[in-house]
Amino acid sequence: MNILTSLVVIPILTIIAILFTKGLKGARLVSAIGMGVQLLVTAVLLFSYLGLRKAGVTDEMVFTADYTWFKSLNIHYFIGVDGIAVAMLCLTSIVVFAGIFASWEMEYLSREFFISLILLATGVYGFFISLDLFTMFLFYELAVIPMYLLIGVWGSGPKESSAMKLTLMLMGGSALLMVGIFGIYYNSAPDGGPLTFNILEIAKIQMPVEAQRFFFPFTFVGFGILGALFPFHTWSPDGHASAPTAVSMLHAGVLMKLGGYGCFRVAMFLMPEAAQEMAWIFIILTTISVVYGAFGAIWQTDLKFINAYSSVSHCGLVIFALLMMNETGMDGAILQMISHGLMTALFFALIGMIYGRTHTRDVTKMGGLMKVIPFLAVVYMIAGFASLGLPGLSGFVAEMTVFVGAFQHQDMFHRVVTVVVASSIVITAVYILRVVGMILLGPIKDSHHEHLEDAKWFEKLSTVTLVLAVAAIGIAPLWLSDTIISSLKPIVERLAMAIPF
Amino acid sequence: MTGYAYTILIPMIPLVMFLVTGLLGMKWKPIVSGLLGTIGMGTSWVLSLITAGSYFFGGHHAEGFQTIIPFETTWLRFTETLHINIGVLLDPISVMMLVVITTISFMVHLYSLGYMKGEKGFARFYAFLSLFTFSMLGLVIATNIFQMYIFWELVGVSSFLLIGFYYTKPSAVAASKKAFIVTRFADLGFLIGILILSFVTGTFDFGKLTEPGTAIFGSAASMSFMGISALTWAMTLIFIGGAGKSAMFPLHIWLPDAMEGPTPVSALIHAATMVVAGVFLVARMFPVIHFQAPDAQEIIGYVGGFTSLFAAVIAITQYDIKRVLAFSTLSQLGYMMLALGVSGYGGEEGLGYMASMFHLFTHAMFKALLFLGAGSIIHAVHSNYMYDMGGLRKYLPITHITFLIACLTIAGVPPLSGFFSKDEILVAALHHNKLLFAVEFLVAGLTAFYMFRLYFSVFWGKDRHYHHTPHESPLTMSIPLMFLAVASVFAGFLPFHHLVTSDKMGFDTEMHMAVAAPSVLIGLFGIAMAWILYKKESAVPEKLAQRWGILYTATYNKFYFDEIYLFVTKKIIFNYISRPIAWFDRHIIDGFMVGIGLVTEKIAYQIKGMQSGQLQHYAFMFVAGTLALALSLVYFLM
Repeated sequence: MNILTSLVVIPILTIIAILFTKGLKGARLVSAIGMGVQLLVTAVLLFSYLGLRKAGVTDEMVFTADYTWFKSLNIHYFIGVDGIAVAMLCLTSIVVFAGIFASWEMEYLSREFFISLILLATGVYGFFISLDLFTMFLFYELAVIPMYLLIGVWGSGPKESSAMKLTLMLMGGSALLMVGIFGIYYNSAPDGGPLTFNILEIAKIQMPVEAQRFFFPFTFVGFGILGALFPFHTWSPDGHASAPTAVSMLHAGVLMKLGGYGCFRVAMFLMPEAAQEMAWIFIILTTISVVYGAFGAIWQTDLKFINAYSSVSHCGLVIFALLMMNETGMDGAILQMISHGLMTALFFALIGMIYGRTHTRDVTKMGGLMKVIPFLAVVYMIAGFASLGLPGLSGFVAEMTVFVGAFQHQDMFHRVVTVVVASSIVITAVYILRVVGMILLGPIKDSHHEHLEDAKWFEKLSTVTLVLAVAAIGIAPLWLSDTIISSLKPIVERLAMAIPF
Repeated sequence: MTGYAYTILIPMIPLVMFLVTGLLGMKWKPIVSGLLGTIGMGTSWVLSLITAGSYFFGGHHAEGFQTIIPFETTWLRFTETLHINIGVLLDPISVMMLVVITTISFMVHLYSLGYMKGEKGFARFYAFLSLFTFSMLGLVIATNIFQMYIFWELVGVSSFLLIGFYYTKPSAVAASKKAFIVTRFADLGFLIGILILSFVTGTFDFGKLTEPGTAIFGSAASMSFMGISALTWAMTLIFIGGAGKSAMFPLHIWLPDAMEGPTPVSALIHAATMVVAGVFLVARMFPVIHFQAPDAQEIIGYVGGFTSLFAAVIAITQYDIKRVLAFSTLSQLGYMMLALGVSGYGGEEGLGYMASMFHLFTHAMFKALLFLGAGSIIHAVHSNYMYDMGGLRKYLPITHITFLIACLTIAGVPPLSGFFSKDEILVAALHHNKLLFAVEFLVAGLTAFYMFRLYFSVFWGKDRHYHHTPHESPLTMSIPLMFLAVASVFAGFLPFHHLVTSDKMGFDTEMHMAVAAPSVLIGLFGIAMAWILYKKESAVPEKLAQRWGILYTATYNKFYFDEIYLFVTKKIIFNYISRPIAWFDRHIIDGFMVGIGLVTEKIAYQIKGMQSGQLQHYAFMFVAGTLALALSLVYFLM
């Protein structure tokens, strides 16, 4: 079996195995084993990918496989990965693995919970390996739907309305996306011949300019909604605040990356002329996202809200950097996706663990937690430092690549907005340090918090996995960055060739 | 070239110590972490001294000192030409800084064994000290500006961690936050400066940027933004970064508050090493600033001059001894910046540059000594305030003598080291800018006055009511004091003009009696004034303070800059920007999205009635519809 297909099969087998378990203990054990194996397979994939590249394989996509499954519409199960997809798959595996351990004590309907969670992950894996637009869309929907149940059933607070808002807004995005994908499909053979969903095939031709101009906004905004593009980001604070820990981790850590990934793999890659023409609109929107999200985070008092707005800011940077359309900028975007995925998953894991102890997420009601739960507090601080871009952790690498890449743009407009966007590093420091100062440092505010239990082994495992990944990228970013850059070449070349009309 | 490969160990040892004591320190007895850190630091110190010895005094330097890069590796590649390297660069200023940092850091490690004894978090303290030392060493040996930025940020965060060492104390938490955010703001300038510089030159590398007669600025001269050349923008922005770390006006507000950290930290970070990073940055970029952005150099000179005066005036009115020293640090940093601002390039022209580095060196020694002395005093009387101290010379003889030496040094009394370095700065200022010279001359007098105000009120005057008889500190604390006192006395005799110069070539210089004599006199005058006012307690200072009224109050409150900072952060950012944005997001944008849902729901509710399931309704609708159609048909046909 193709190693990529196994990435979809293993989660499905895990789900089937969970059906045969009873209660929490069995379900979590099976999930942990399944996702542990998945993590190993991803690692094998990573090393074999690097091995292939080292051996001089220059194919754009490797490990490809192609099966027709709907002949009359020419829909294929066509899979394959490049360095970017491999990196995203690694991110997914790490976050899912950490997520399983973060929900180790999910007592309520535990089997159903783990099944939904892994189903969501299946969709994500499928999305990243797909090279056929229809299959990709299918997996995309597969990832979004379980979210509704996960928030609606296992959530907290106004969970029904949050779940509804999140799902409806994402479904709205899907609707736009579907229009975009069909638009691409029907224009995939302008010179006659069979229509196709195959991304690589479509990338070889030039879609009619009129069609691009019409369908690009649909596709880009469709993916952009999932990537928390301003002003379509408001599902994020509510959704995250109500979602259970592991779901927030997966959603902010991985699912939101589908948006950014789709933006360049589908929208920009297939419709480069329109991308060149309309980039400025989205650059302005993302610039707003970055600054606005950061300022929005300063005022919040709910830990999850703070992190949700912070995600708006950081994900805005992803799309911003993609639109710079040069190697360095786009490399930065992908690094930022990975970095943000790990960081925000870590944050949500910690918030869940802190909430489980203090029973509040209100920053004004906590204080001095460093004294009582030093392990969690120190990890929270590390996550905070990563978020505000401390060298040695992943955030710095990503942000600096974005800034340098964006500033290399020959156009003055791009450089000016880069300066605006760069100012977010200060605002980020303000809200991160505000939270750290309020909840971790200072005297203990609530006497109930004087005797809390520090992290248990599974919590340590979950957070340490993420911290190690964040630090590894931060300390030795070269191999990752080089892998991404070499995979970006075809996309950047295609964008550079497109002359804006 | 390869003979210096071992220099990579100088920063690596503290890094290893940080990891070891940080991860395992909790499990050991505290003293183990302390000893381990101290021994590691001692090794780094010895290695630095060996490096300095062989670099400065081994071999011929008729051609000037060479820049040596014993180690370099690519860390992150942006484009073909732009990549961040991590490496070790040895040239006169970096070797000098290695000596300064490791010397002070080792002394502080040693001192803290006594000072921090029994503190909770002893191991953590040593881990952070190691982290800081590693970052600072990485900063000075940077081979390119981006490596410097990386370590610049790490230095910032270790400073944050150490200022907030007593993390249960709200004032310490606030101070650490303030320090981080203010310097982060300045770092934004630094970052944008780097972006502009790399955009116009296509490189981060110091070697390429500072090479004499380099051609990489060829195309840059024509670029400008808002009527100011791109390089002036770049250098001014980079200077803002330096001004943040070196606490130049108006970014100085974090430094006095940073005194919330343990005193050895203040000595190491906020007096001798981290705060000179800004001066070091300007010195590193000096050829670029001097030749490509002379306007930026003017700014540097004036900002330095103003800061030194401003801080010296505030220092006169403060009562917290650490704050007096903090403002004194600000003032001395202003001196160094000013010297760079008035310097030329090459030979005697570059006197200001040499003087700045010289002063950086001597200042590190005597200011660390002052802080460690202050720590010894605080250790003895358990207070930071001068009005809780008096007559301490009887109880703390070693502290007293060493502190006196440091005061005399900073006041510029010959032949102590401060005299020589300050004299060179004054000469450089006189040649270039009379106004700045006058300011510095005045500041020399003020410095002597406020230092001896401190000295007399702490060591002379009446005994206070002490909780227990103050006693001299243990040996681990007094050895560093004695060592630094010796260094303060003799550092002035180092032939800096042969070692650390703008173009790496030595030049000859002589005493400038016309400048030296008046500056010594004004220093002595300051001391005399302090002697009259503060040696015996009297009501005169109080009366003077009242006479000056508003001016005194304004000075005592540091000209209200803290209030401005609070106004900007709390009011403007928090209340007037962030709060409306949060409201706008929840009510307008989200309101709109929710609104779409509500409208859909409302409409659905309205039209729901039509699907009532009752046959008579449908029949009625059917008839009404047919009738309406028929009528409209008739109408149109007519």
